[in-house]
Amino acid sequence: MTDIVATIVSGILILVGAGFFLTGAIGFIRMPDLFTRLHAASLSDTTGMALILSGLAVHAGFTVAAVKLVFLILFLLFMGPATTHALAAAALAAGVKPLGAQRHAARKGPLKAAETARTIEAATAKRPQKPVSRKGKRR
Amino acid sequence: MILFAALLAVLVAVALMTFRTVAGPTTFDRLLAANSIGNGAILIVALYGFLTDRPDFLDLTLTYALLNYVGVFAVLKFFRAGSEPDEQAEDAR
Repeated sequence: MTDIVATIVSGILILVGAGFFLTGAIGFIRMPDLFTRLHAASLSDTTGMALILSGLAVHAGFTVAAVKLVFLILFLLFMGPATTHALAAAALAAGVKPLGAQRHAARKGPLKAAETARTIEAATAKRPQKPVSRKGKRR
Repeated sequence: MILFAALLAVLVAVALMTFRTVAGPTTFDRLLAANSIGNGAILIVALYGFLTDRPDFLDLTLTYALLNYVGVFAVLKFFRAGSEPDEQAEDAR
Protein backbone atom coordinates (compact mmCIF):
# COMPACT_ATOMS: atom_id res chain seq x y z
CA MET A 1 0.00 0.00 0.00
CA THR A 2 2.64 2.51 1.02
CA ASP A 3 4.69 1.30 -1.92
CA ILE A 4 1.93 2.26 -4.36
CA VAL A 5 1.46 5.65 -2.68
CA ALA A 6 5.20 6.38 -2.82
CA THR A 7 5.32 5.44 -6.50
CA ILE A 8 2.38 7.69 -7.36
CA VAL A 9 3.70 10.63 -5.33
CA SER A 10 7.21 10.38 -6.78
CA GLY A 11 5.82 10.07 -10.31
CA ILE A 12 3.69 13.18 -9.92
CA LEU A 13 6.57 15.15 -8.40
CA ILE A 14 8.99 14.13 -11.16
CA LEU A 15 6.53 14.86 -13.98
CA VAL A 16 5.53 18.27 -12.60
CA GLY A 17 9.19 19.13 -12.04
CA ALA A 18 10.08 18.12 -15.60
CA GLY A 19 7.22 20.30 -16.85
CA PHE A 20 8.56 23.25 -14.85
CA PHE A 21 12.07 22.69 -16.20
CA LEU A 22 10.81 22.55 -19.79
CA THR A 23 8.71 25.69 -19.26
CA GLY A 24 11.77 27.53 -17.98
CA ALA A 25 13.75 26.41 -21.03
CA ILE A 26 11.00 27.68 -23.36
CA GLY A 27 11.13 30.96 -21.44
CA PHE A 28 14.84 31.17 -22.28
CA ILE A 29 13.90 31.26 -25.95
CA ARG A 30 10.78 33.42 -25.74
CA MET A 31 11.80 36.15 -23.29
CA PRO A 32 13.04 39.38 -24.89
CA ASP A 33 15.95 40.46 -22.68
CA LEU A 34 18.31 39.39 -19.90
CA PHE A 35 16.32 40.60 -16.90
CA THR A 36 13.18 38.77 -18.03
CA ARG A 37 15.17 35.63 -18.80
CA LEU A 38 16.22 35.62 -15.15
CA HIS A 39 12.57 34.81 -14.30
CA ALA A 40 12.65 31.78 -16.61
CA ALA A 41 15.97 30.72 -15.10
CA SER A 42 14.55 30.91 -11.57
CA LEU A 43 11.60 28.76 -12.68
CA SER A 44 13.79 25.98 -14.02
CA ASP A 45 16.67 26.25 -11.56
CA THR A 46 14.78 26.25 -8.28
CA THR A 47 11.24 24.91 -8.72
CA GLY A 48 11.89 22.39 -11.47
CA MET A 49 15.07 21.00 -9.96
CA ALA A 50 13.68 20.86 -6.40
CA LEU A 51 10.54 19.02 -7.57
CA ILE A 52 12.43 16.47 -9.69
CA LEU A 53 15.04 15.79 -7.00
CA SER A 54 12.45 15.50 -4.22
CA GLY A 55 10.51 13.07 -6.43
CA LEU A 56 13.69 11.02 -6.78
CA ALA A 57 14.16 11.16 -3.01
CA VAL A 58 10.65 9.77 -2.49
CA HIS A 59 11.44 7.13 -5.13
CA ALA A 60 14.62 6.15 -3.26
CA GLY A 61 12.93 5.72 0.13
CA PHE A 62 14.94 5.78 3.38
CA THR A 63 18.41 5.26 1.91
CA VAL A 64 21.72 7.10 1.68
CA ALA A 65 20.73 8.30 -1.80
CA ALA A 66 17.75 10.16 -0.33
CA VAL A 67 20.03 11.94 2.16
CA LYS A 68 22.37 12.99 -0.67
CA LEU A 69 19.39 14.25 -2.65
CA VAL A 70 18.15 16.31 0.31
CA PHE A 71 21.59 17.90 0.66
CA LEU A 72 21.62 18.61 -3.08
CA ILE A 73 18.16 20.23 -2.91
CA LEU A 74 19.18 22.42 0.05
CA PHE A 75 22.36 23.55 -1.70
CA LEU A 76 20.55 24.36 -4.96
CA LEU A 77 17.73 26.23 -3.23
CA PHE A 78 20.33 28.38 -1.48
CA MET A 79 22.69 29.00 -4.39
CA GLY A 80 20.28 29.43 -7.32
CA PRO A 81 18.86 32.81 -6.21
CA ALA A 82 22.34 33.93 -5.14
CA THR A 83 23.67 33.22 -8.63
CA THR A 84 20.85 35.03 -10.42
CA HIS A 85 21.20 38.00 -8.07
CA ALA A 86 24.93 38.25 -8.75
CA LEU A 87 24.28 37.97 -12.48
CA ALA A 88 21.69 40.76 -12.46
CA ALA A 89 23.96 43.02 -10.38
CA ALA A 90 26.91 42.41 -12.69
CA ALA A 91 24.78 43.07 -15.79
CA LEU A 92 23.47 46.37 -14.38
CA ALA A 93 26.99 47.42 -13.46
CA ALA A 94 28.14 46.62 -16.99
CA GLY A 95 25.44 48.90 -18.44
CA VAL A 96 22.85 46.41 -19.71
CA LYS A 97 19.55 48.31 -19.69
CA PRO A 98 16.26 46.57 -18.84
CA LEU A 99 14.41 46.48 -22.14
CA GLY A 100 11.15 45.14 -20.77
CA ALA A 101 10.34 48.27 -18.76
CA GLN A 102 10.73 50.50 -21.81
CA ARG A 103 8.48 48.28 -23.92
CA HIS A 104 5.86 48.12 -21.19
CA ALA A 105 5.88 51.90 -20.85
CA ALA A 106 5.75 52.41 -24.63
CA ARG A 107 2.44 50.59 -24.67
CA LYS A 108 1.03 53.20 -22.27
CA GLY A 109 1.90 56.16 -24.48
CA PRO A 110 4.92 58.31 -25.43
CA LEU A 111 4.86 60.45 -22.23
CA LYS A 112 5.13 57.42 -19.95
CA ALA A 113 7.81 55.95 -22.22
CA ALA A 114 9.97 59.07 -21.96
CA GLU A 115 9.57 59.16 -18.18
CA THR A 116 10.59 55.51 -17.83
CA ALA A 117 13.57 56.04 -20.14
CA ARG A 118 14.77 58.92 -17.92
CA THR A 119 14.36 56.78 -14.81
CA ILE A 120 16.38 53.91 -16.27
CA GLU A 121 19.05 56.32 -17.50
CA ALA A 122 19.40 57.80 -14.01
CA ALA A 123 19.51 54.35 -12.37
CA THR A 124 22.31 53.04 -14.58
CA ALA A 125 24.28 56.30 -14.71
CA LYS A 126 24.55 56.79 -10.93
CA ARG A 127 26.53 53.62 -10.39
CA PRO A 128 30.13 54.05 -9.23
CA GLN A 129 31.52 51.65 -11.86
CA LYS A 130 32.39 52.85 -15.32
CA PRO A 131 29.25 51.89 -17.22
CA VAL A 132 28.42 51.07 -20.87
CA SER A 133 31.02 48.49 -21.74
CA ARG A 134 31.31 46.89 -25.14
CA LYS A 135 28.86 44.21 -24.03
CA GLY A 136 26.20 46.85 -23.47
CA LYS A 137 26.85 48.66 -26.76
CA ARG A 138 26.71 45.54 -28.88
CA ARG A 139 23.03 45.07 -28.08
CA MET B 1 8.71 5.00 -17.71
CA ILE B 2 8.16 8.23 -15.80
CA LEU B 3 11.88 8.55 -15.27
CA PHE B 4 12.46 8.13 -18.99
CA ALA B 5 9.85 10.77 -19.85
CA ALA B 6 11.42 13.22 -17.39
CA LEU B 7 14.88 12.48 -18.81
CA LEU B 8 13.58 13.22 -22.31
CA ALA B 9 11.99 16.49 -21.16
CA VAL B 10 15.24 17.61 -19.49
CA LEU B 11 17.21 16.75 -22.63
CA VAL B 12 14.87 18.87 -24.77
CA ALA B 13 15.17 21.71 -22.24
CA VAL B 14 18.97 21.53 -22.37
CA ALA B 15 18.80 21.70 -26.17
CA LEU B 16 16.73 24.91 -25.94
CA MET B 17 19.18 26.38 -23.41
CA THR B 18 22.05 25.52 -25.74
CA PHE B 19 20.38 27.64 -28.40
CA ARG B 20 20.33 30.59 -25.99
CA THR B 21 23.98 30.00 -25.11
CA VAL B 22 24.96 30.26 -28.78
CA ALA B 23 22.58 33.12 -29.72
CA GLY B 24 22.56 35.19 -26.50
CA PRO B 25 23.24 38.86 -27.28
CA THR B 26 25.21 39.66 -24.13
CA THR B 27 27.80 37.70 -22.18
CA PHE B 28 25.45 37.53 -19.20
CA ASP B 29 22.78 35.77 -21.28
CA ARG B 30 25.31 33.13 -22.23
CA LEU B 31 26.45 32.78 -18.63
CA LEU B 32 22.89 32.38 -17.35
CA ALA B 33 22.11 29.75 -19.97
CA ALA B 34 25.37 27.92 -19.23
CA ASN B 35 24.47 27.83 -15.53
CA SER B 36 21.08 26.35 -16.38
CA ILE B 37 22.71 23.78 -18.68
CA GLY B 38 24.88 22.75 -15.72
CA ASN B 39 21.75 22.29 -13.62
CA GLY B 40 20.23 20.24 -16.45
CA ALA B 41 23.35 18.06 -16.46
CA ILE B 42 22.90 17.46 -12.72
CA LEU B 43 19.30 16.37 -13.36
CA ILE B 44 20.34 14.15 -16.27
CA VAL B 45 22.97 12.37 -14.17
CA ALA B 46 20.55 11.85 -11.26
CA LEU B 47 17.68 10.66 -13.48
CA TYR B 48 19.92 8.31 -15.46
CA GLY B 49 21.32 6.87 -12.22
CA PHE B 50 17.83 6.04 -10.98
CA LEU B 51 16.77 4.81 -14.44
CA THR B 52 19.52 2.18 -14.43
CA ASP B 53 19.03 1.39 -10.68
CA ARG B 54 22.47 2.67 -9.78
CA PRO B 55 22.00 5.79 -7.60
CA ASP B 56 25.74 5.91 -6.82
CA PHE B 57 26.01 8.68 -9.41
CA LEU B 58 24.61 11.14 -6.85
CA ASP B 59 28.13 11.84 -5.54
CA LEU B 60 28.94 13.13 -9.01
CA THR B 61 25.88 15.41 -8.96
CA LEU B 62 26.93 16.95 -5.64
CA THR B 63 30.43 17.66 -6.95
CA TYR B 64 29.04 18.99 -10.21
CA ALA B 65 26.68 21.39 -8.40
CA LEU B 66 29.56 22.83 -6.39
CA LEU B 67 31.76 23.21 -9.49
CA ASN B 68 28.91 24.79 -11.44
CA TYR B 69 28.33 27.61 -8.97
CA VAL B 70 32.00 28.23 -8.32
CA GLY B 71 32.54 28.45 -12.07
CA VAL B 72 29.70 30.93 -12.58
CA PHE B 73 30.96 33.22 -9.82
CA ALA B 74 34.51 33.02 -11.15
CA VAL B 75 33.42 34.06 -14.65
CA LEU B 76 31.23 36.86 -13.22
CA LYS B 77 34.17 38.16 -11.22
CA PHE B 78 36.30 38.04 -14.36
CA PHE B 79 33.80 40.03 -16.41
CA ARG B 80 33.31 42.65 -13.70
CA ALA B 81 36.96 43.27 -12.94
CA GLY B 82 38.92 41.79 -15.80
CA SER B 83 37.40 43.57 -18.77
CA GLU B 84 37.95 47.17 -17.67
CA PRO B 85 41.69 47.58 -18.27
CA ASP B 86 41.10 46.18 -21.75
CA GLU B 87 38.55 48.92 -22.50
CA GLN B 88 40.78 51.62 -21.11
CA ALA B 89 43.52 50.45 -23.44
CA GLU B 90 41.08 50.68 -26.34
CA ASP B 91 39.99 54.19 -25.33
CA ALA B 92 43.60 55.34 -25.11
CA ARG B 93 44.28 54.23 -28.65
